[in-house]
Amino acid sequence: MDGTFEGYRRPDGRVGVRNYVAVIPTSVAASAVATAVADEAGAWARATPHQLGTSQPDAARRQTERVLVGIGQNPNVGGALVVELGTEDIDVEDIADRIAADGTTVETLTIRDAGGTQAALAEGTTRLDRLNDEVKRARREEADVSELVFGVECGGSDATSGIAANPGVGAACDRLVEAGGTACFSETPEFIGAEHILADRCVDDETRQRLLDRVDHRESMAELMGVDLRGAQPTPGNQEGGLTTIEEKSLGAISKGGTTPVRGIVDYAEDLPVGGGLVLMDTPGYDVESVVGKVAGGAQVVAFTTGRGSTTGNPIAPVIKVTGNPKTWEKMSNNIDVNAGTVFDGESIDSVGERVFETLVDVAGGRQTESERRRLEEFAINEIQPEELAAEVDA
Amino acid sequence: MKGRVLDDTLLLLSDADNVGTAVDDLDEGTELDYDGRSVTLSEDVPFGHKVALEPLSAGDDVRKYGEVIGTATQPVERGEWVHTHNCESTRGRGDQAAARGERA
Repeated sequence: MDGTFEGYRRPDGRVGVRNYVAVIPTSVAASAVATAVADEAGAWARATPHQLGTSQPDAARRQTERVLVGIGQNPNVGGALVVELGTEDIDVEDIADRIAADGTTVETLTIRDAGGTQAALAEGTTRLDRLNDEVKRARREEADVSELVFGVECGGSDATSGIAANPGVGAACDRLVEAGGTACFSETPEFIGAEHILADRCVDDETRQRLLDRVDHRESMAELMGVDLRGAQPTPGNQEGGLTTIEEKSLGAISKGGTTPVRGIVDYAEDLPVGGGLVLMDTPGYDVESVVGKVAGGAQVVAFTTGRGSTTGNPIAPVIKVTGNPKTWEKMSNNIDVNAGTVFDGESIDSVGERVFETLVDVAGGRQTESERRRLEEFAINEIQPEELAAEVDA
Repeated sequence: MKGRVLDDTLLLLSDADNVGTAVDDLDEGTELDYDGRSVTLSEDVPFGHKVALEPLSAGDDVRKYGEVIGTATQPVERGEWVHTHNCESTRGRGDQAAARGERA
């Protein structure tokens, strides 16, 4: 297979697979305006509305800032408009400067200074058009698959996930890593019960210890709160799909990252290396937040496996849906890009992996995924919870 | 596919496993023969759900993927459906920690 695709070369050398202007609100108070400005502009403008308030405890705010900056710096973003109401603790100019550090063109908009929402919409449209005048000049040029950072995720898992879709996507990750690229999977609660296998694959003791600490932390949150993880993991839907315990879910979940050595584990929304092999990210199990963490880390394309049938997408990175459940494929093929349920008819995992990899390269070159076609663009930022903050202080 | 399918009925992911995964919706009374042994399903088992291939006692490890996925909470006969009613996780059990007085 040809190991190249056509992408957008950015000033810092990284390659985008889409050429968007991102409209990034710093709080929920600016999210409606951000969405309205982007909708008015057209498909080239992508809003990332979220629910976080204007004031957060320090550690939570720092994480939110990392996501906002990471989204603006994702190579699929050629330019960014950062929008605030004007009362946020987060400094809009600071976010803009941090995004611009990689060469991305950035503008800001303060709703209060503009004179309210109507004036902000008009002003936002002007600034967005100005950004796009520059961004739209970018042209696709040849790039190597080794420049891809591929985020992999699962949601709505059932028993087929660990048998068909996850190992199929894992085989695609193996191909990408072999070609010199980066694959990343996350959802730390779904390492519980399978962490010994991942630990054995870590390249050094430091990575191994960091991984085990993160799993321990996620598991101890359940103990700290005196709750039983069984109520939430596996979810009721997972259980209906045949998954009995978190261990069983995890053992299936980790196969979506493939079989190569674990080269590192980064924090939520922290930068992912280009050409970095298999790298993990410490994220919650909530799929939308987890996808956003990886996109903020620089993933240009995401693969999302689902047994029961998820429709989740992302505003910035194309999301390739893969199901291993033949019935889900039959019912929801208009939301799913790759059918891995074929393994039940005898197709090999390796062959599914080849199809997923080919889809990855095609999508990187511009082919739309089903979730892009339908503009399914869920976006949510993980908020560090008060119990977690208290645990950090105690630790 | 990972593992091997036993008599077109159950997927055995590792030879170390004591449960198999239904590759279709299976009816009570379904018989499967493999490796010179025979198992009869004592109840309906939906696609993707698990069937005990060995008799289990309460406290026994339940194995899938060659790994422990939980423990049996009651005796389980060969051919029985294995799920949350007779198998539970040993991980993330804040309820047990609270019962032991370890709650923070």
